[in-house]
Amino acid sequence: MEHGRQYCTFQLDGWLLGVPIERVQEVIRPPETTGVPLAPRAVSGLINLRGEIVTAIDLRRRFGAAARTDDAETMNVVLRHEEGAVALRVDAIGDVLEVTADRFRTPPPTLTGPAHELVRGVYELDDGLLLVLDTERAVEGMD
Amino acid sequence: MDGMDDIIQEFLVESEESLDRVERDLVALEEAHDPELVAGVFRSVHTLKGTCGFLGMSKLEGLAHVGESLLSKVRDGELALTAERTTTLLSMSDAMREILRHVAETGEEGPRDVTALETQLERLQEDGVGASTGGAQPPDGAASERAPDGEAARPTAGGDAEGARSPTNDGAVVELRSARPPAPASDRVPSRPARAGARDAFDPADGATARGAASESVAPRVVRVGVGLLDELMNLVGELVLVRNQILQLAGGVDDAGLAAASQRLDHVTSELQEGVMTTRMQPIGTVWSKLPRVVRDLARACGKEVRIEMHGRETELDRTLIEAIKDPITHLVRNAVDHGIEAPEVREAEGKPREGVLSLRAFHEGGKVEIEIADDGAGIRPAQIERRAVERGLVTSAQAAAMSEREMIQLVFRPGFSTATKVTNVSGRGVGMDVVKTNVERIGGTIDVASRSGEGTTFRVQIPLTLAIVPALVVRCAGERYAIPQISLLELVRLEGAQRRRIESVHGAPVLRLRGRLLPLVDLARLLGVTSDAPADGPVHVVVLHADDQTFGLVVERIHDTEEIVVKPLSRALERLGTYAGATIMGDGRVSLILDVLGLAKRGGVLAERAAASDGAAARDDAGGEPSTQTLLLVEASDGRPLAVPLALVDRLEEIDPATVERAGPHEVVRYREEILPLVHLSRLLFGGAPSPATEPLQVFVVRHGDQRFGLVVDRIHDIVEAPLEVQALGERTGVLGSAIVQDRVVEVLDVEACVGAAMSPRGLESAAGNWTLDWATAAE
Repeated sequence: MEHGRQYCTFQLDGWLLGVPIERVQEVIRPPETTGVPLAPRAVSGLINLRGEIVTAIDLRRRFGAAARTDDAETMNVVLRHEEGAVALRVDAIGDVLEVTADRFRTPPPTLTGPAHELVRGVYELDDGLLLVLDTERAVEGMD
Repeated sequence: MDGMDDIIQEFLVESEESLDRVERDLVALEEAHDPELVAGVFRSVHTLKGTCGFLGMSKLEGLAHVGESLLSKVRDGELALTAERTTTLLSMSDAMREILRHVAETGEEGPRDVTALETQLERLQEDGVGASTGGAQPPDGAASERAPDGEAARPTAGGDAEGARSPTNDGAVVELRSARPPAPASDRVPSRPARAGARDAFDPADGATARGAASESVAPRVVRVGVGLLDELMNLVGELVLVRNQILQLAGGVDDAGLAAASQRLDHVTSELQEGVMTTRMQPIGTVWSKLPRVVRDLARACGKEVRIEMHGRETELDRTLIEAIKDPITHLVRNAVDHGIEAPEVREAEGKPREGVLSLRAFHEGGKVEIEIADDGAGIRPAQIERRAVERGLVTSAQAAAMSEREMIQLVFRPGFSTATKVTNVSGRGVGMDVVKTNVERIGGTIDVASRSGEGTTFRVQIPLTLAIVPALVVRCAGERYAIPQISLLELVRLEGAQRRRIESVHGAPVLRLRGRLLPLVDLARLLGVTSDAPADGPVHVVVLHADDQTFGLVVERIHDTEEIVVKPLSRALERLGTYAGATIMGDGRVSLILDVLGLAKRGGVLAERAAASDGAAARDDAGGEPSTQTLLLVEASDGRPLAVPLALVDRLEEIDPATVERAGPHEVVRYREEILPLVHLSRLLFGGAPSPATEPLQVFVVRHGDQRFGLVVDRIHDIVEAPLEVQALGERTGVLGSAIVQDRVVEVLDVEACVGAAMSPRGLESAAGNWTLDWATAAE
């Protein structure tokens, strides 16, 4: 396969995750967030993105990972979604990687818990694994 | 879209409008003959025929042709417009709509066979004038075997509701008339975007006459604008409002005269623009109503009833999205009134009413809302019948029903699974009904209420906001965040400081506020949302008094900011599902705030628990070990500390009355109370035959209402207000109590308020000597 797929990658709790680049609208620094009481735990709140109200999801909480202990700045990946944009809060933004289908594998059994649900598959990279985020599931099915 | 498509689209919209007009006028002509109306109907059909011919739609053209021939004879006075002719012409309109719909969907006229209808229309031209008045009608023999009057309408009656749907998107285009001169800034009335000038410009009746006259005179200066564009404009204006709010806030913090002036100008222009764009989206409610005379006519004939429809305020305007949303509920209420409300002519005559029932529709603006009333002068809703049915259907228990006031009883018609129709007709009453109407009205932020007098009629009152996109809202603070509450639910604001705080009685987790003698259940916003309030515990308490679903309750918030125009933006599904928020908005400082869903809050806060639980009653009973529904109860002590419970819903007010003000009227003790005379009933005497307590201290009284009269029930002590499941068990034959129940591990007796009051009112009670009350409960309770 001469043309691979491009993924926007980011760090989360030691993992390297990716979403197809065409799904990504933009990457923003954490804006002021309005909390939504009673909302699913993973929802960190609502943000005003140039007049559009966007639901922000804390991906660490979504993955059931522990909150960060360091106070490094987080980033938000804004995805295009059928009902508007959604912002995913991640640890840090990585490069855009191009991967080919022959390197695609099903999720390894070592992935357990919420992560198992949320990862579509992995690409074997030379120096590690790229986990492909199932964005639909990440946004839906929160409780 | 090529040129031909454009022409056809235009043709579809126009045809739909002409058919609306034709139907309206035909029905109006049944009331009174009006040569101008006949000429108008003729002209409309004639124009349709011409256009159809031009577009090569031969079936439509043929049908319009025979219709036109019949109408021309009616116009020339050769024929009278009999009921049969009207019915057939209406069927023609139905058939044309059906074909038009087909054209809209497929571009073809479709398989609809209209030859029978054409024959019928032709035959009706030959009948001669005599046929009209039901005199001798020799050539009509064929007609009577062919079609009893209503028959012609029947094949299409099913498609009648369909008829309301247009081939294109109904109302997908609104007409903008430039006849209105640009309004000077000074005549702005911000709370009422519907201005007289705009109203005139949009009245479809006006449009009709204008267009009717247009063929002879100058065309009105009108452009057709797609609704999509208007919606887009509205969105942009929403954005602009937000930016305006932001700029105003920023400019407020800067000392710059130039900026201040510019931002003020921006403020001004934005408001103007917002109002203008909103006005373009406004449509008179008449656009919904115009179909109703036809609906009523067909339905009344099908039910064998005589009904006249009256309309007031058809020019009342509201946003077109709301017009769409209320179409079905209003139609349903109207059908319901004809089907169930208005009696058959013979029944009406027997009751001394005119044979013809009147269905009256009224619409008007009030306080930033639109009120729509649908009233009939029919049989009214009989509370006894409602009660029986509600118990039968398991919506309420007999004990609950017995504790209900007449008004509450009537509201039961809005419960799911309730249908008052004694027999299910094909018109209405399939068990889906009022609850769906209510849900639909509430979905758009409206409310619905019903009032009825047995034998005199029923009135449904629907209140809806003018528009949904930009609404005035009250901004409050709770745990560091601001929340917006739509003004439509707001009744008043109460601030309690210092000693006033004692007016809140927090008992067993069911806090209530005594507000002007009334008991207002309170809901704490912070607790409801599960956040920690940072208000000082001894600071003032802010209560926002809200109205939801017939229930008034107080929402306790930390702080009350201001009212603001907010732009409602939808939430993602995951958040919408919470049922707590109606949307979100962007505040002047750019931060997002949530808009509270008042009905959702009331439900979550348990203020509506009683109703909700009761409506689930049937289901709950199936659950093994299902909890009986919870009620808010007033606990009182009548004599020797014997506890009595009264459903709080029955209690109007709590009062302390100075014994010195008590006067005697025959055997009764009365006090002057709010410009009426309040009879006092001593429960200790009535129930236990005990002596009245020594009258040195203020009398503890709770006021109940029975019909139009209020009564004060005197007790020894008002003890508590509790939220508890109420399961009444009839123990013994004690009169004046419904039975016993266990409330908070104590056995209490549940008071039968109606019976107590009935006893106080009974003639025997009046005859009996003062201070010697011996009442025959059996007669008293009747």
